[in-house]
Amino acid sequence: MLGLTLKEVSLAFREGRISPTELCRKCLNRIKKTQRLNAYIAVTEEFALKQARQSEARLLQGIPKGPLDGIPFAVKDNFCTANIRTTCASKMLKDYTPPYNATVVQKLLDQGAVLMGKTNMDEFAMGAGSTDGAFGPVRNPWSYAASYRTQAGAASDSDWVITGGSSGGSAAAVASCTSYLALGSDTGGSTRNPGALCGVVALKPTYGLVSRHGLIPLVNSMDVPGIITRSVGDAAITLGVLQGADVRDSTTVPAPSALTELPEDFDVRNICVGIPKEYHAPGLSEETLAQWSRVADLFEKAGARVEQVSLPHTQYSIVCYHVLCHAEVASNMARFDGLEYGHRSEMKSSTEVMYASTRHEGFNDVVRGRILSGNYFLLKQNYQHYFVKAQKVRRLIADDFRHVFGSGIDVLLTPTTLTDAACYHDFTQEDNRTRSAQEDVFTQPANMAGLPAVSVPTGLSQRGLPIGLQLIGPALEDKKLLCVAQWVEQSVGFPSISDCENTQESRKDPGATRREQTSAV
Amino acid sequence: MAASRIAARELLHNIKLIPYYQKSSCLFIRWISTSKFQCSSQPLEKSALQQLVGVVGLEIHAQISSNTKLFSGSSVQFLAPPNSLVSFFDASLPGTLPVLNKRCVEAAVMTGLALNCTINKKSVFDRKHYFYADLPAGYQITQQCRPVAVDGVLTYSFLGGRKRNQVMRKNVYIKQIQLEQDSGKSLHDDVNSQTLIDLNRAGVGLMELVMEPNMSCGEEAAAAVRELQLILQALGTCQGNMSEGQLRVDANVSVHRPGEPLGTRTEVKNINSLRYLARAIDFEIQRQTEVVQRGGAVLNETRAYDSKSGETVAMRDKEGLQDYRFMPEPNLPPLLVFEDEASLPAGVEAGQAVLLCTLRAGLPELPSVRRDRLVQTYGLLPEHSFTLVNEDGLMEYFEAVMKGTSRDPRKVIGWVTNELLGLLKQQDLSVSHSPVPPAALAELLELQEAGRISSSAAKQVFQEMWRSPGKAAPQIIQERDLGLVSDDADLHRICQKVVDSHPDEVRAVRSGNQKVLNKLMGLVQKETKGRADPVLVRKILQEKTS
Repeated sequence: MLGLTLKEVSLAFREGRISPTELCRKCLNRIKKTQRLNAYIAVTEEFALKQARQSEARLLQGIPKGPLDGIPFAVKDNFCTANIRTTCASKMLKDYTPPYNATVVQKLLDQGAVLMGKTNMDEFAMGAGSTDGAFGPVRNPWSYAASYRTQAGAASDSDWVITGGSSGGSAAAVASCTSYLALGSDTGGSTRNPGALCGVVALKPTYGLVSRHGLIPLVNSMDVPGIITRSVGDAAITLGVLQGADVRDSTTVPAPSALTELPEDFDVRNICVGIPKEYHAPGLSEETLAQWSRVADLFEKAGARVEQVSLPHTQYSIVCYHVLCHAEVASNMARFDGLEYGHRSEMKSSTEVMYASTRHEGFNDVVRGRILSGNYFLLKQNYQHYFVKAQKVRRLIADDFRHVFGSGIDVLLTPTTLTDAACYHDFTQEDNRTRSAQEDVFTQPANMAGLPAVSVPTGLSQRGLPIGLQLIGPALEDKKLLCVAQWVEQSVGFPSISDCENTQESRKDPGATRREQTSAV
Repeated sequence: MAASRIAARELLHNIKLIPYYQKSSCLFIRWISTSKFQCSSQPLEKSALQQLVGVVGLEIHAQISSNTKLFSGSSVQFLAPPNSLVSFFDASLPGTLPVLNKRCVEAAVMTGLALNCTINKKSVFDRKHYFYADLPAGYQITQQCRPVAVDGVLTYSFLGGRKRNQVMRKNVYIKQIQLEQDSGKSLHDDVNSQTLIDLNRAGVGLMELVMEPNMSCGEEAAAAVRELQLILQALGTCQGNMSEGQLRVDANVSVHRPGEPLGTRTEVKNINSLRYLARAIDFEIQRQTEVVQRGGAVLNETRAYDSKSGETVAMRDKEGLQDYRFMPEPNLPPLLVFEDEASLPAGVEAGQAVLLCTLRAGLPELPSVRRDRLVQTYGLLPEHSFTLVNEDGLMEYFEAVMKGTSRDPRKVIGWVTNELLGLLKQQDLSVSHSPVPPAALAELLELQEAGRISSSAAKQVFQEMWRSPGKAAPQIIQERDLGLVSDDADLHRICQKVVDSHPDEVRAVRSGNQKVLNKLMGLVQKETKGRADPVLVRKILQEKTS
């Protein structure tokens, strides 16, 4: 039951095969069993059960609210939730309880979806591993799948692999079947990166299509609420609920079309797939490259046009991304001074001393480092040289995409990450900055250009870990992008984690049936 | 001697009524007398070239008159309980976003149009960073880089010349008008060494107007700000009350010798009235002049005006030079202003857009136009047009009186600016709270015009109307027997009595000194308590003394 799609669960509810309360209990149990993943910062058990009962009452009356009524979901801990602690995995907001819901959270609640809890992340979403949060690292559920345990010869518990990040908790929650969908945030790849490493579908919609109101910002000009699900169809249903203009977010635009279900008969022969040659980046693993070629071949065999294209400014993207990111971070973090909310230092000999010690105690090294460099980039004597230059390059990157999509390309196919998930031990050898630069290399250009992008799991590596590929579409073509993604999903035959899970609980769960999948190979 | 006594009594009578009037409605005139510095409006002579002159530029923050704040739905209100008007955004709760208030944009555009600015069809918002306890986000959203309006000019006038009755017209250029957020207020409690923060004002919309250094003394600056105040009030874009902080003026002051580069400037803050503005600037020019003449150097610093001592004092420096680390505000799309409905792009509804043509058409009559019109229509003196326009509602009052009377406007203006304004000032009332409505005054003036009462009786009637609101002039005249005595027999009797008892004066008149006749007239008026028809009295007295 926990492995079903939203549509299937919705049907199961209506047919009375399971009730929202039963499902909620199952998920809560599973959260407890998978506690070692550290996917959740807070589990909202009471609230979840209350909502589930309300949903159940609606179902019994025959008036469910829609496809999400009674569906358990999880929310990254940088989305504000009314009366529920929202920490950004930072000491700064350790005890912060917002008085309002983020628009995306409110929309899900309004649809009757059941909030299970707030998921773990890198502090203030600054990271690509979900290893740099105040509540400890998130473990990738695939660390405990039979595929990894046997194929990689992993034996000891210390061999666990990271989820990627920064929305690692959300990806782990969905991958470990404790929630059907989860909200992440995506600034440079923070939703797609963990999505790829955890073997789930991770969508970053077009900038402006989904409201950021209530999302505690990292980089306002690039942040987009992300959607993590186990199938492309589920992501489409969720986007259909979340998309649209919000009066509270002046950067939102009306949805170009309603989105409920994706057509099953999408004809891939009308599609032109671009393979950007610049994405053959150093450090790209053989296996990821192989997956990339394989899916490109699948497209070709199915009758799609596949063309090599060039996005010439790609190589400059990551460094400019970091300049812009750090500058906005420096600005956005200025409000955390310990006065209105959040951590306040005991050192109060003067207001300035209190600011300094509050911020020193409240933020980790990564956050403080970005604030420092960001302020440096914004100094009067540096502004033109760094910020303005980076903005110009950003425009060039957006233009690259515009040219490619203007030349008849419908969608770009790229890797999401360089490799499969790293062992925690190996990953933490490098510092956060280096890792971010490596991990976001394929994902942040879509944020720089504001384009929709989705990571779809396509196969397992030799270590038994998921590999995902990324599809990037033109602005506001999210629906078409998801149609192509669904075709990929149906073609590649990515195994469900429960099939790979060789543990007691999965065998005991008769509902965890394998999704119908077709392999085109 | 007797004649001069009458004149003196008339004069005393007037002075008693107008002391407050003089104080406030002749603001410009007063400033000149208090100014340590006089503006030099004459071309400089060769010997004066070495003279140091003041250069004054102004930065003015005008609080936009709007029901809600610039980027949130919180109410705007003066003197509300602390922190009672604070939205999540105003308190900078994480995840909240600014939503631009259309009313504030329209106010800024209207102000820009009234000040002859170029309106930028596309302007943007920036963040200006600094840490301060009453700035909860750690940055202010402002328009540093591309403001909503630029390159305007404010024409202001003041009364100058030897007699202070010559209208001096000057221009000050407006560099830009930018929209920005106000900050909250900090209350420092030194006893308990703590700071209390009130965020009611945080996020209220401001227009910052930057005036070029085109002024040379306190009087000019005060006149320019007064004109701006009147314009803003006419537009309804700012209430303009300086003491409530709705209009905050910082002055950039420097001195130099004409022809040489500008001197180092100081910024003078903490000025909360027009009078203090003039004094602070003049003090600062004097101070800098003395520094330079002593051979010293003026420091680039911020100084505060101390209204008690009348001096400016250096403010504690905020840790050296601030780098505000400006960057574009990423949560707000560019602010677009359109010419008219036809120029709207697809998808933008007319109701949501800011349209220049609509705002332009809705601009009210501006103070300078009003003054010109008053002078032209009614033949008033320029200084009277100043008084009428400067006092809120006085012009409307005057024009309403004019509708109800056929009296010479130049006579009516005396009533409005002396009798009415004098009493209003005496009791600290605004024109709208006058107990005598314009129609009632018009009725009184009509009675005078028709020869039913004398001018001095009219003044007594007016006083009584003031004391007993609602009582009409004819009723008062009847009750108090103030009607003009024009009965020939009565007047003859009274005149005869006066002539008989003042043989010396009669002799003087007869020997050709016609001035003495005025004294006799005064005596007749005294007998009749000012009710005698002066024309008749003069005629009768002339007959009796010929």
